[in-house]
Amino acid sequence: MLEEQVGRLVTRMGAVFPGERAVFRGHDLHASLKDLDWLELYLFGITGRRFTPQQIKVLQAIWSYTSYPDARIWNNRVTALAGTARSTGSLGIAAALAVSDAQIYGGGVVLRASEFLIRARAQVDAGADLTKLVYAELKQQRGIAGYGRPISSGDERIAPMLALAREHGLDDGGHLKLAFEVEKILLAGRWRLYMNYAALTAALSADFGLSPREYYFFVIPAFLAGMPPCYLEAAKKPAGLLFPLPCRMLSYEGVARRHWRGAPLKPDAFG
Amino acid sequence: MITESIHTRIWQEEPEPDNAFAAASCHCHGYDVYGDLLAHASWIEYLFLLFRGKAPTPGQARLLEGLAVALANPGPRDAAVHAAMCGGVGGSTSASCLIAALAVGAGASGGAREVLLAMEDWLERGTDPVLWQTGLVVKPMDDPADVWPTPGHPAGFDPHGIRCTTPVLQTMAYLAALDCAPSLAWLQDHRAALESAAGLPLAMSGVAAAALRDLGCTPAQGEMLFLLLRLPGVAVHALEQKDYGHKNFPFFKVELENDPGPAQDVANPVEATV
Repeated sequence: MLEEQVGRLVTRMGAVFPGERAVFRGHDLHASLKDLDWLELYLFGITGRRFTPQQIKVLQAIWSYTSYPDARIWNNRVTALAGTARSTGSLGIAAALAVSDAQIYGGGVVLRASEFLIRARAQVDAGADLTKLVYAELKQQRGIAGYGRPISSGDERIAPMLALAREHGLDDGGHLKLAFEVEKILLAGRWRLYMNYAALTAALSADFGLSPREYYFFVIPAFLAGMPPCYLEAAKKPAGLLFPLPCRMLSYEGVARRHWRGAPLKPDAFG
Repeated sequence: MITESIHTRIWQEEPEPDNAFAAASCHCHGYDVYGDLLAHASWIEYLFLLFRGKAPTPGQARLLEGLAVALANPGPRDAAVHAAMCGGVGGSTSASCLIAALAVGAGASGGAREVLLAMEDWLERGTDPVLWQTGLVVKPMDDPADVWPTPGHPAGFDPHGIRCTTPVLQTMAYLAALDCAPSLAWLQDHRAALESAAGLPLAMSGVAAAALRDLGCTPAQGEMLFLLLRLPGVAVHALEQKDYGHKNFPFFKVELENDPGPAQDVANPVEATV
């Protein structure tokens, strides 16, 4: 099987013919796809499908509404630290995007949220009881992705995103309705978990036909717009001025001081 | 007013008397790094200390050193090294070459994720041949909610292998003969049966997983160490290809199965796609 593939790329995704043309998923990029804006092209690359102008508006806002140039946030902080350490913008942003594949936010959460909502919707449509599904998920996963938040319980992105979806007539999809029903169940129980942005956007994306894996790829640049400002401000200031850590900020909780085998004892080393 | 701190069981510092931002002493798991380890510990011993929190026995140091030599350079055909060389030939930054290798070498097919999964199998199955036999015939479960794609083969085995390769056998034989490698010794004794159950030959990732288990690493520690230990070869191959340049590096032939041809102009791509 390997021998057949040596030295060749067999593909349906595209290729460049230098000096001539470029093909993107079976279409001439500079002819039939030339009018697509970047997000449409990005989504076409992921799904091979096109979306309505209203859906594109909402999908674009999913990125915009969570682009926070706050250098305290863990992924943004990576970009900002790259700036203060005088690394390159590309390295800082690439690393921050990779860091966004996290378990408590970003890639890990959105994928789980989408998978749960799509699975739950299919099971409810087949006659399953949503409350039982939620309880079972809580028992198995010790939480439901898209509900609750690491730092605060409320989510400032929910209201503007819902308003936009409503404005474009996209707030009545089955997955979105189910996402709110899940929130009702979680608020009524002892968990007191509000829906967060991941569940809302996973529901909207599912209503637009994005599978969990497609939604995951769509979300990868979601935090991107907030990152360059973090880098640029840190790079503009004198090097090392962002989040300097004095020695006293290390809280040591390890073993007492000791000597490496064969090392001569030093009186001051027992400190 | 500082109210927050970084909690650590690994690292303790005392500041220079005139500079709160410069350490006068650094202790790693209790050992004075610059006043003691620098003169008395080898790099591989220090590496063990960092991960395990204690000094290695001579056998453990030898095991880690042997593993480090075995993994240091997967060679230019390895996908992670290939990725780093793509950075090198284009004149990309050194860090991006290493990032490229880490990203590709992180995967569940020949990469660090495979080592982690194999180490999880060790935790579950130990040295019980029956558990291994039954576990290896079960296809890896697809989890659509996981950012990691589903592995296509049992962790630690070569999906394209014909038989266990000479370097894998040599590495296992050398490491298993050390006095602190019971998992490796067991793996060596049971290799044929395990390969038969998996339907695939043992891979270097499988040997690495057993060695890292014998070193007392958790699967997460093993994943990290595997990523780290392969970087030396990655670095030098990226540097070498930077010197050779892109004209001396394969670009490969493309076979586009749905080429619309020149001057194609379709108004609605959906119609053409669906």
